[in-house]
Amino acid sequence: MAAETFVQVRGRRWWREISWRYLVAAVAIVYAAFPIVYVLSASLSARGTLTGSNELFADVTTVQYDALFQTLFPQWMVNSLVIGGVTAVATVLMASAAAYAFSRFRFAGRRGGLTFLLLVQMFPQMLAFIAIFLLLLSLRDVIPILGLNSRLALICVYLGGALGANTFLMYGFFNSVPKELDEAAKIDGAGHARIFFTIILRLVAPVLAVVALLSFVGTFSDYIIAGIVLQDQDKLTIAVGLYQFIAGQFDARWGIFAAGATISALPIVILFLFLQRYIVGGLTAGSVKG
Amino acid sequence: MKGRDAADTTDAPPPSPDEVAAAERAAAGRGTTSHAREMGPYFVVKLVLLALIDAFGLFVIFSSWQVEHWGILASMVAILVVVNWVYFSRRMIAAKYLFPGLVFLLVYQLFTMGYTAYISFTNYGTGHNATREDAVAANLAQNESRVPDSPSYPLTVVTTPDGELGFAIVDDGEVLAGTAEQPFEESPDATVADGDVTEVPGYDVLSFAQILEQQNEITNLRVGFADADEGSIRTQDGSTGYLYRSVLTYDEATGAITNTDTGVVYTDNGEGSFQAEDGSTLLVGWRVAVGFDNYTAMFTDSRLSGPFLSVLAWTFAFAILSVGTTFFLGLFLAIVFNHPAVRGRRVIRSLLILPYAFPGFLSGLVWAGLLNRRFGFINEVLLGGAEIPWLTDPWLAKLSVIGVNLWLGFPYMFLIATGALQAISTDMYEAARIDGAGAGRVFRSITLPLLMISLAPLLIASFAFNFNNFNLIFFLTEGGPNFPGSPIAVGATDILISMVYSVAFESGTQQFGLASAMAIMIFIMVGVISWLGFRQTHKLEEVI
Repeated sequence: MAAETFVQVRGRRWWREISWRYLVAAVAIVYAAFPIVYVLSASLSARGTLTGSNELFADVTTVQYDALFQTLFPQWMVNSLVIGGVTAVATVLMASAAAYAFSRFRFAGRRGGLTFLLLVQMFPQMLAFIAIFLLLLSLRDVIPILGLNSRLALICVYLGGALGANTFLMYGFFNSVPKELDEAAKIDGAGHARIFFTIILRLVAPVLAVVALLSFVGTFSDYIIAGIVLQDQDKLTIAVGLYQFIAGQFDARWGIFAAGATISALPIVILFLFLQRYIVGGLTAGSVKG
Repeated sequence: MKGRDAADTTDAPPPSPDEVAAAERAAAGRGTTSHAREMGPYFVVKLVLLALIDAFGLFVIFSSWQVEHWGILASMVAILVVVNWVYFSRRMIAAKYLFPGLVFLLVYQLFTMGYTAYISFTNYGTGHNATREDAVAANLAQNESRVPDSPSYPLTVVTTPDGELGFAIVDDGEVLAGTAEQPFEESPDATVADGDVTEVPGYDVLSFAQILEQQNEITNLRVGFADADEGSIRTQDGSTGYLYRSVLTYDEATGAITNTDTGVVYTDNGEGSFQAEDGSTLLVGWRVAVGFDNYTAMFTDSRLSGPFLSVLAWTFAFAILSVGTTFFLGLFLAIVFNHPAVRGRRVIRSLLILPYAFPGFLSGLVWAGLLNRRFGFINEVLLGGAEIPWLTDPWLAKLSVIGVNLWLGFPYMFLIATGALQAISTDMYEAARIDGAGAGRVFRSITLPLLMISLAPLLIASFAFNFNNFNLIFFLTEGGPNFPGSPIAVGATDILISMVYSVAFESGTQQFGLASAMAIMIFIMVGVISWLGFRQTHKLEEVI
């Protein structure tokens, strides 16, 4: 994102051309932020019902949070963090390795491979959830840890989507790293692995962060696959656990849900704000180059 | 897959022509090399990792052999061979980097897609999920009744070390023991006192209190004899066993099942069920290929085709409206705030992307609360207690879905539009201004076309995403309000993917075949749309 430049505009021209933009900004910000403020307020309310949450910040207590931690929520949080974290790291490693291969080596089937990934990318893995369910059902008989109701199996399923979604984005960025750098390193005696890990990955670190974050958010929010694969209450992710917790008892458990929502959204929102510069770059650059 | 040094050629077989070409290309400075001779600590790490993978692979092969899953066994063998080949070879450097991701892609994405296609041509689902043999056994076992005037057996409830319940009985002075899975076997070393079994090798005898605890499991337990025709033993009280035999008999020769009580004959109807002449079928069927039945049912079965077609239309409407509304709001805001005289743009942007940063599944649930008919904030506070059925009236629910998606999606469009706007060179605007173009003309002739070149692919991706935006629909409305009288739980706001989910898992019976056929339809639609889109955008790129 280009550095922001300011132009001074004063007097009548300011009123005519600029003032209304702040009005739009105010309306848009209220629209964007209101539901989130509302959740925060509901999580701090004492009664914890849907009706009780309509007076914003009528009272500020932590009873809902206390109640939340009596449920399995902490366990779900750990599950989500571990599943999302492992998936994100492995996704970054596998997708960047593939992007490195496509960007730096010339091999038979390279063009075909790239086109193939572009095609695969169109079909969301989620659509095959029935087959995933049946595959894991069979795998459970052979290796329970890779079968239904295993968190490791869920990670493996998510990793199936690692290449399709991210290789292309990274490929574009890898190409923007000058090849002269590799060659200089090669002359100094570095092998392909060292070039990959110590030169290229360092240079594209911001992209890696974005891919990791988007991958994490994707698995964190996934309901359909996690809901099918995981069955035991103590193995659920937040998305599945919180939903089951609130389903059918919308009114009564609203406050606890709001507390859970606040806690689980907070780290992601902060990361997003922190990385927004790179996210914007990643969103536009990857696809344009693709 | 040949990225190797010219130096490696000495210890390799004579290169084929295309290998030579590849080597030449490599030599021409395309950055391929193999200093794979570094044998230091990294080589040890590699060796240990590969050893672990091989050990795991052999374990999988062994255990799939035991449970006779030949497909898994063959795949694992293939993976192991390729792993060792790729990583111990000096060549194929690119493959070393591609392989890990490709394995997961192959197993969990490509295979599952193919498997979905296969299932869509079968009747797989509740009542049709095993082989014909299993179906015969299950039907026979389900239709057992106590043999009249049959002898009773002294019975002891036992459990295996794994906690699996079983029975031990005394039959003609011999002790037989077994579980639900394991038919009765003679147990000559068992101890019998007063005609009751008191100890059985390999099993623990349950105490009276333990029997009371698991009463339901015990009265439902059925332990079969080794010869299935002999029937099984069940108990009501945990101390006396009775002989049960199926009222059904299976005739190998004709492949038909006869009910010995009523004399009704059930024959194989060719569709994976045993059917009597009056059309009634036995409960358990088996899996058979049904050709295109699942596909044609979507369009011709009137109970299915109505909901299916309206869901199809709504899916397109939803995806198009979602992209349209979010894009225009996002673009509008991007243009408004892209003026160099607006201060605090960074702060504005940070606040506006909040909905994008908020986890998607939570947004749906939060809005479901806000739009709740009786207690929701929108009705109770903003509209002063009006009980507007935002999520329960078919048309209002559709409107709500679009509205909530606008909230969810506009920040993304705002971000990408801002990025694209800033990438347009200011020279263009100046040139246009010199030529005398007004603001509207500049927007139409310069800004929009240039924006579309970079944003069109993203809009297509966004369309494809919304086409399958399961989370929004599921968490906001669960697809409801449901169509009345449909055999599948499908409603006015269901899109194709949520309909597939509902058919597969939430409609009472699991209809995997039908659901897979629907998933394949989505695959085809998404594929065609994306393909057309990509073709279109390449055209757009050629314009400049």
